[in-house]
Amino acid sequence: MESFFGRHKNATVLAAVLFAQLLGLATQIKTQTDRGSVRLLRYWAVAAISPLEKGFVHTQDGVRRLWLNYVYLRGVRQQNEQLKQQIEQMRIQQVRLQEDANQARRIQALLAFKEQYVARTVAAQVIGTSGTEQSRIVYIDRGSNDGIRHDMAVITPDGVVGKILTVYPTTSQVMEITDWQSGVGAILETSRQIGVVKGSLTGLPYFDYVMSDEKVQVGENVITSGGDSIYPKGFLIGKVVSVGPSRDLYLKISVKPAAALDRLEEVLVITQVVDKTPDTTDLGPIRAADILAERLPSVPQQKQPAVSPVVGEVPATPPVSGAAQTQAKPPASQPPQAKPPATGPAKSKPNQPVAKPKLPATQSAPPQEPRP
Amino acid sequence: MNLTYTSREQVEVYRFAWPVAIGVPLAALFLQAFIPVHVYFFRAFDLPLLVTIFFGISRRNPITGLSTGAAIGIFQDALSHQPIGLFGIAKTCIGYLASSIGVKLDVDNPGSRFLMTYAFYIVHQMICYALRGMMGESPAWHWGHDLGLALANSLLAVVLFAGLDRFKQRT
Repeated sequence: MESFFGRHKNATVLAAVLFAQLLGLATQIKTQTDRGSVRLLRYWAVAAISPLEKGFVHTQDGVRRLWLNYVYLRGVRQQNEQLKQQIEQMRIQQVRLQEDANQARRIQALLAFKEQYVARTVAAQVIGTSGTEQSRIVYIDRGSNDGIRHDMAVITPDGVVGKILTVYPTTSQVMEITDWQSGVGAILETSRQIGVVKGSLTGLPYFDYVMSDEKVQVGENVITSGGDSIYPKGFLIGKVVSVGPSRDLYLKISVKPAAALDRLEEVLVITQVVDKTPDTTDLGPIRAADILAERLPSVPQQKQPAVSPVVGEVPATPPVSGAAQTQAKPPASQPPQAKPPATGPAKSKPNQPVAKPKLPATQSAPPQEPRP
Repeated sequence: MNLTYTSREQVEVYRFAWPVAIGVPLAALFLQAFIPVHVYFFRAFDLPLLVTIFFGISRRNPITGLSTGAAIGIFQDALSHQPIGLFGIAKTCIGYLASSIGVKLDVDNPGSRFLMTYAFYIVHQMICYALRGMMGESPAWHWGHDLGLALANSLLAVVLFAGLDRFKQRT
C-alpha cells in the first residue's frame, strides 16, 4: 500500500486536490449563495486587490486632472466660444421641447400614468475587473458604506452598464450586460417588440424572444422595459447591429451596447427610484377643448348616422360629439381617474398605457409583458 | 519547431527565489484585474494561466505545479462571480500537465512554448466548459473565438516566458 502511494504520489495528490475542489464546487451549487468560507475567500481576494487598484486609479486620475486643468489648456478659449453658441441653439430648442413635455405630462396625468423617476444616484469610479472573458465583472470604489445594495442598476450617460452583483463595505462588483449570465428586460424602441437582452461569452449581447416572423430593423434602439424590476424603464441599452435567423423560433438579434463598456471610468449607481404621477400644477390652466383634443388625437369625423352602442360595449374610438364636449371639464375639477372608459378592447385605445406586470427578478426570465 | 524529446538526465530543473515565486503570480493576478480597465482587449489574455504554465514547466515538479495552479485559479475565481473552484480545477490540471510535460520535453525554446501554451489554453477552456456543463450551465461555445484567444495567449507567452527566464535559478 505504501509503495503504491509512493509510486503514484503525484497522481494521488492531484486526485485529492481535484476532489476537494469538486466537493467545494458541488456545495456552492447546492446552496446557490456565497456563504461562510466562500464569502470569506471572495472578501479576502477583493480586500487584497482593491486597495492597490484604488491607489493606482486615484493617482492616475489626479495626474490626469492636473494635466488637463492646469497644464494642457490649448484651444480652451475657442472651445468656450463654440460651447456658448451651442448653448444659444439649445435654449431655442429647449423652449420647443418644454411645450411638448408639458403637453405629454398633462396627458399622462389625465391617464393616471405612473412614471419611474430616478430619485438618487451615486457616482462611482471603476477600479478593476475580474480579468477574464468568462466573467465580465467590473469593480467600483463604492460599497455598502455608500448605500449601494444588491441588484441596483448601474448606468452611464450613454446607456446601461449592468447591475450590482456583490457588495463589500467599500467596493462593489458590477455585472456588465455583456456577461453571459446577464439578462435585461428590454424593448425595441420603434417596433415595440419586447424581449430580454442577454450577454454572451464573446461579449456581444443579443436580444432574445422575438419571433422569427417579426420585422426588426438594423440600427433600431433597444431600451429597458422596466419589467425586470432592476433597470428603470426607458434607458438606452444599445442598437441592433445585425438580425438573422437562429436555430430556434426566435430571431438572433445582436445588440451593440450604447455605454462604452470598453473604456468605463465613471458610472452612476441608481440607488433610489420612485413611482409618481407627473405633476401638472405648474402648467397653468387648460381648456376643455385641449383635453378633448389630447384624449382623442387621431379620431376622424364620422359621417355615418349615429347608432347607439349595445349596452355593455363601448365603441373602440368614440366619435367626437356635442355630448362628449359638454361632459369634459377643466382639469382643476377633474380627478386623476378621469380617463376614457376602460371597458373596450385594449387595441381600441392606442394612447392609453397598458399596465405592465412585473417580471420576477431572475436574470433570464422570458418576456411576459403585453405589447403596448 | 524544436519540440524535441529529451532524456530525463538532460532536463534542467529550476527553482525561484520566494519573492519571485509569490510576487509573480500575485502581480499577474493584479495586472489581469487592473489592466482591462484601461486596455479592454487585455481581457482576452490570461496572465495567471501563463504564469501557471511557466512555473510548471520550469520547476518540473507536478505537486508544486498543481499547487501553484490551484492557488492561482482559486484566487482568480474569488475575483469573478463564478463558483470558486472552476478556474481552480482547470489550473490545477494545467499546472500538473505542464510540470509533467516539462519533465519529458525540451520546453526552453520559443517554438515549443508557443505550441504548448496553445494546447494548454484549449485544454483549460475545455475543462471550464465541461465543469460548467456539470453545473447545469450551458453557454454557447464559440470555437473560433477560443482558438483566436489561444493564439493571442501563445504569442504573449513567448514574450512573457523570455522575460521570466531571468528569474530562474539552477538547482
